[in-house]
Amino acid sequence: MSWDKVPVDLSDLRVLPEDNTLAGNRLITYRQAIHEAFAIALKQDPKVFLFGEGIDDPAGVFGTTLNLHKQFSKDRVFDTPICENTLTGIAIGASLAGMRPVLIHMRTDFLLVSMDQIINHAAKWKYMFGGKVNLPIVIRAIIGGGWGSAAQHSQPIQAIFAHIPGLRVVMPSTAYDAKGLLLSSIACPDPVMFIDHRWLFDYKDYVPEEAYLVPLGKPVLRRQGKDVTVITSSFMTAIALEAGKKLQDEGIDIEIVDLRTVKPIDAELIFSSVKKTKKAIVLDFGYAFCGISAEISSMITENCFSFLARPVERIALADVPTPASHVLEKEFYPNLENIICKIRKIAKGG
Amino acid sequence: MDKRIIKDLYYRMVKIRKFEDKIIQHYPEQQMRCPVHLYIGQEAIATGVCAHLKKSDYLFSYHRNHGHLIAKGADIKEMFAELYGKKTGCSSGKGGSTHMVSLENSIFGTSAIVAGGIPIGTGAALAVRLQRQRQIVVIFLGDGAIEQGTFFESMNFAKLKKLPILFVCENNFYATNSSQKVRQANPDIYKIADFFSMPKALLDGNDVIQVYKKSGDFIARIRKGSGPCFIEARTYRFRTHVGPETDIEKGFRAREEVEKWMKKCPYKRFHRQILANKLLKENELLDIEHRADEEVKEAWEFAVKSPYPEKEDLRTDIY
Repeated sequence: MSWDKVPVDLSDLRVLPEDNTLAGNRLITYRQAIHEAFAIALKQDPKVFLFGEGIDDPAGVFGTTLNLHKQFSKDRVFDTPICENTLTGIAIGASLAGMRPVLIHMRTDFLLVSMDQIINHAAKWKYMFGGKVNLPIVIRAIIGGGWGSAAQHSQPIQAIFAHIPGLRVVMPSTAYDAKGLLLSSIACPDPVMFIDHRWLFDYKDYVPEEAYLVPLGKPVLRRQGKDVTVITSSFMTAIALEAGKKLQDEGIDIEIVDLRTVKPIDAELIFSSVKKTKKAIVLDFGYAFCGISAEISSMITENCFSFLARPVERIALADVPTPASHVLEKEFYPNLENIICKIRKIAKGG
Repeated sequence: MDKRIIKDLYYRMVKIRKFEDKIIQHYPEQQMRCPVHLYIGQEAIATGVCAHLKKSDYLFSYHRNHGHLIAKGADIKEMFAELYGKKTGCSSGKGGSTHMVSLENSIFGTSAIVAGGIPIGTGAALAVRLQRQRQIVVIFLGDGAIEQGTFFESMNFAKLKKLPILFVCENNFYATNSSQKVRQANPDIYKIADFFSMPKALLDGNDVIQVYKKSGDFIARIRKGSGPCFIEARTYRFRTHVGPETDIEKGFRAREEVEKWMKKCPYKRFHRQILANKLLKENELLDIEHRADEEVKEAWEFAVKSPYPEKEDLRTDIY
C-alpha cells in the first residue's frame, strides 16, 4: 500500500522541466521543495511557526514537514488537538498579535470543519475593519485521493475558497513553483489557502537552493503552441504536458497556461493565448459545476468571444462524491486518453 | 478602596451607559442603519475587568461589544461614526456595530458569530507566549457561546499551552430570545472550568466592586504565568437582543423578570453604594456624569457631521 503514489494510470508521469534548467542545478521532488520552503521560512523569519495535526510525527505530512520540529524547536513546529475550526481561529489571533502562522491539514476535507473561521473570519477580517488589520496566515491542505480514500478524504473543493472574497488560493504544479509559491504565501499579508497535490509529491524539477518567490496571481506559459490553449493548474498541468507531448507526434501543437494561483487571477496571459489559438479547453482537478473551469470559461467568453472559433470546452472530475472502489475511482479521476481525444477533436475543428 | 479607582470605575460605567442612552435616543431616526446589541444592564462586568488592563493587553469580544470597547478606552467618536456608517468610523463604515476595532487599545476586531472571537483570542495569547511578551488576553463571551464547540476547543488549547487568558462569560440568561433553560443541560457554566482544572469564579455581574476585585486577583495570577482562568458573571440585559426597545412590549420576556433585574441596575447600585459608604461626594459623581455627557454629545455630533464613504471604497481593503 502506498498513500502518496498515484493509483491511476498516470503514475509514471513526470513534469520534465525542459526549459527552466537555468533556474538551478538540483533536481528535487515537489515534497522536498515544500520541505525546503518551510525550512527557509522558519530560518529567515522568527515570526513563522507551523502547526497542525501530526506534523511532527515520523511521517511528517508525507515528508513535507519531516523533522522540522527537531531543527527549529517544538515551539515553532508543533502537533495540535483535533479541532480544525479552533486551530484556524488560533492562526488568525496569532497573526493579529504579530506572528506568521502556517496551519497544516493533511487533507482538504478537514478544511470543511473549519469553514466558520476561514470564511466568516479570516476572509473578511481586513475588510470588516476598514483595512486596519492584516492576517498573514497560510492554511495549507493537501488535495488528491487514491487508494480508496473515498468521499471524506479526497475532496476537490478548491473552488469553494476561490468563491470567497478575501482569500487567495494557490495551487502549485511543479517543485519550482511549490517552493516559490509557498514562500510567497508565507510572505503575503493576506490569508492564503495553499493547496498542494499529493500525486505530485514525487515529481522532480530543477529548483534553486536559495530562497526565491514566485508571484501570487500570475499564470505562466508552460508550453508554447498554436492550435489550442489548455488552461490548467496543479496536477492537471502534469497531464496537460504529457498530452502535449503525445499530440505533438500527431502534429497538434497545444499551448499550456498554468494558473499557479486560482484566486485572484491575472487573466491577461490566458486572453492573449486564446486570441492567438482561437480555441480553448480548461482542465480542472475539481467539479465543473460552479467550479474554477466554469469561471475561466466564462472569463474567456466575456473577453475573447469574437476571437473564438468554437465554444470553450472543459474537463473536470465527475460530479459525484469520490468513490472508494478502485474501479470507480479510476473512472472518477481525469483520464489522459480522454483528454487527448477531446483536445484532438477541438484542434481538428470537430 | 482607593478613591481614584472608584472614580475610574464610575467614569467607565457611566460612559458606557450614556453612550448607549444616546443610541436609544437617536436610533429611531433611522440614521444608524445597522443592528445594535446594547450592553445596558451589564456595564459592571466590562468596567470591573477592564480597569485592570493595560493598553497593550489584548481584548476580544463579540456582538454585544460596545461596553467592552468603551471600558478599554476606545475612541467613542470613531465608534459612534461607525454606527452611522461613516468613513470616519473605527472600521471606515465597513463593520458597523458588531465589527469594531481599536488598534491603540489592542482590540483587533470583534466577531458577530457566536463564539467566533474565542479561538482568535486564544491565538493572540499563543503569540504572546511564543514571542515571550508580557501581555494578557481577556476574552468576553456570552452564555450562548458555551454551546459552541470552539469554546471547549479553545479552553482545552488555552490550558494545554498555559496561555495568559482570562475568559469572562457574561451570563445574561438569553441567546437572542431563547432562555438558558431551553439551551443548556447544566445552568452552572462556571463549573465547566473544572474539567480543564482552570481556576474559576461565579460572580454577581451587577456588582462592579465584586467583579473588579475577583478579576483583579485572576489577572494578577495570569500575569505571573499561572495560565488561564474563568469567570462566569451573571447579569441581565435591559434591552432587547437587537435594537433599542425593551422586551416587555414585544412579549419576549416577562415584565416581572425584567423589572426584578432593573432593580439590580449595576449603575444605580454603584451610585448608592458610593454615597452610602461615603466613597465619593455627590458633586464628584455629578462632575463625572457631566464629563461623560459632554464626551458622548461630542462623539454623536462628530458622527452626524462626518462624511460617508465614497462609492470607490466598496472595493478597497480586500487584499
